[in-house]
Amino acid sequence: MQGALEDFFRALRASDVRVSPAEAIDAHRTVAKVGFADRELFKDALCATLAKTADEVDRFDRTFDTFFTREAFMAAPPPEDGDHDPTQDLPQDGEPSELARMLMTGDASALAQAMEEAAERAQVSQIRLSTQRSRLTRKLLEEMGLAEIERIIAAARRLDDPRGQAAGERLDAARQALAKEASAYVERQHELYASESGRNLREDLLARKALNSDGGIDPVDLAMMQTLVKRMAKRLADRYSRRRNVAWTGHLDVRRTLRKSMGYGGMPFDIVFKTKKIDKPSIVAICDVSKSVAAAAQFLLTFLYSLNEVVDRMEAFAFSGRMISVNALLDEHKVETAILEVLKQIGFQQTDYGRSLEDFCEQHLDQLDRHTTVIFLGDARSNYADPRLDLLATIQKRSRALIWLNPEPESYWGQGDSVMHRYQRFCHVAKPCNTLGQLERIIEDVLRTYIPH
Amino acid sequence: MASVDALIQGLESVGYIASRRIATSLFMAVNLQKPILVEGSAGVGKTELALSTAALLGLPLIRMQCYEGLDESKALYEWKYGKQLLYTQILKDRMGASLADAPDMDAAMVRLHGMGDLFFSEPFLEPRPLMKALQEDDGCVLLIDEIDKSDEAFEAFLLEVLSAYQVSIPEIGVLKAKTPPIVFLTSNNVRDLGDALKRRCLHLHIPLPDAALERRIVASRVPGIEADLVGQLVSFVQSLRTLDLRKSPSISETVDWARALILLNADSLDTEVVRDSLNVLLKFEQDIVAIEPQIAELIRKPLA
Repeated sequence: MQGALEDFFRALRASDVRVSPAEAIDAHRTVAKVGFADRELFKDALCATLAKTADEVDRFDRTFDTFFTREAFMAAPPPEDGDHDPTQDLPQDGEPSELARMLMTGDASALAQAMEEAAERAQVSQIRLSTQRSRLTRKLLEEMGLAEIERIIAAARRLDDPRGQAAGERLDAARQALAKEASAYVERQHELYASESGRNLREDLLARKALNSDGGIDPVDLAMMQTLVKRMAKRLADRYSRRRNVAWTGHLDVRRTLRKSMGYGGMPFDIVFKTKKIDKPSIVAICDVSKSVAAAAQFLLTFLYSLNEVVDRMEAFAFSGRMISVNALLDEHKVETAILEVLKQIGFQQTDYGRSLEDFCEQHLDQLDRHTTVIFLGDARSNYADPRLDLLATIQKRSRALIWLNPEPESYWGQGDSVMHRYQRFCHVAKPCNTLGQLERIIEDVLRTYIPH
Repeated sequence: MASVDALIQGLESVGYIASRRIATSLFMAVNLQKPILVEGSAGVGKTELALSTAALLGLPLIRMQCYEGLDESKALYEWKYGKQLLYTQILKDRMGASLADAPDMDAAMVRLHGMGDLFFSEPFLEPRPLMKALQEDDGCVLLIDEIDKSDEAFEAFLLEVLSAYQVSIPEIGVLKAKTPPIVFLTSNNVRDLGDALKRRCLHLHIPLPDAALERRIVASRVPGIEADLVGQLVSFVQSLRTLDLRKSPSISETVDWARALILLNADSLDTEVVRDSLNVLLKFEQDIVAIEPQIAELIRKPLA
């Protein structure tokens, strides 16, 4: 059973339930305590030791069921005339095949057992990729003794005896059923051990794919991308958005205690502790949604949306020709409609950074104070219009930090109509950011460095 | 605590109807001596589970409510600073007298060193919940409520207590539990807990109960209620849960509602009674407004 449990842990890990060695030891202790007799008890007890979140419980249940379920074998029914040995009619040259006997008598449980044993020899549980399925199925069947069966069928077909031929046909049908079973078995193993790793690989690639690459993001990947972005924003917010107002440090403030005790003739009646004030993050995010960053805009907006859901004090703006506040839009609508709505109102126009900065400074400058972190998402391509550096300088002076994330690589900055190099002087941080992975890393740096805690 | 079934019966005898999964987790927690992390939405009986376990085992319950800014001086121990300062003041003359006959500064200093530790000894230690739990001779049930509300720093601090059942106090040394307590941690998932903490705990997620279980819970919590009424109100609540509400009612709300209905002398649900008492069940104005026009329809729904 040790081996089976280890395999089960591996299946759990493959489906993203983390099982550390310590938990594996716990699981073994659990099993030693509850035994295998009661399936429900076994499952619940293992679940309590191994699955650590509600999601993991779901995945545990699914993996447990797939792993420990053996569907009834669909073997050919035994022939009608009961006491007649069905293998008799087959050609009797050479060794009698055990597999042939099982197939002809329809001995389902023996077949299932034989398949388990063969699977162990063929190492089916080591499956990694979906392309391995057919090869492993073949190998599994060969381990079970398929070659012999094929030889017997071929021999039976050559016989003149119609009974022998009929028996051969039946064996052939049973063989096909067996092949189906084997492929289903391998499929199940694949689902257990490999399907998740494939998905993880795809997510990894997506996180590293450039948002403004040729052709943009494949529509097939859009949904996955959305979930990735959401998960990312949630992760960041978990870490940084919690209210961190006052933390007791638990140390006596001697100076202030003594000061207070003066009033009581030196008797320290009022005890004062040291306290620390912690600010909540306050973020102003300004997102370019013009033509030149069209491909990236959707994801920047998705990111804004997710961040808006979890960060308490966040103001979001979008601009291309002019600038508007999109807070209300993000608050009221669901993510897809909100993004469409933003793009409809303001998107895909000619960029004018100068005008947009003017709009911002006229209407929203009062939202900046020394606690605010301003994040610009844009390519700084202003179509040769006046970039209004003076306004950006004002913003920089009023805010705690000004951060510019540019979807273009650094080598493009300052080329053509890009004024990135001129804007860069006013930014505390200016970084290229064109993949989700980079976006997450930068935002995390931003939150860690520029939000006091 | 002999088997899971015995545990289910035992919990039932103290008024807690446990599903099999709950009882199994509790059984494993006691047998493996591990803390148990209970998650679930508000009002499904997370805290109640700890209370019932304490009642079942006849152990004292020590409860620690977590909140933002909770730190070890509130959770573990604190020096009684006031007392220390007061005593130094009161003993000032005494000290002066005993130091007076010291021949020189060095001798006085040596004598002072001898007294210094007096003020950092057990009498000046104010034990807080965690330390109390470790000091109980026959063990106890320690309930760390809403751990997700505390800071990460505090979570890290808990690790030593939860894995080794001991705490280190710099001035005194390591205090080890006489009998390891049974520890419950509850969480509403306000934030994700750290992996290190989760790894040290067994995990139990309490979902909203199905109709049959909920009927049993209401019947056990509200003695004297008629079976018909229980059936009606439970199916009403269950159908509420299928709707899109800001806060769907959980078990505690069902039980409160059942008590309210008894107070109102209702022996069956009708539109009037439900409308009057809906605020027991739903906690948001929007929810109440959304449900009010549908009450008659929801009552008429056949029992599931």
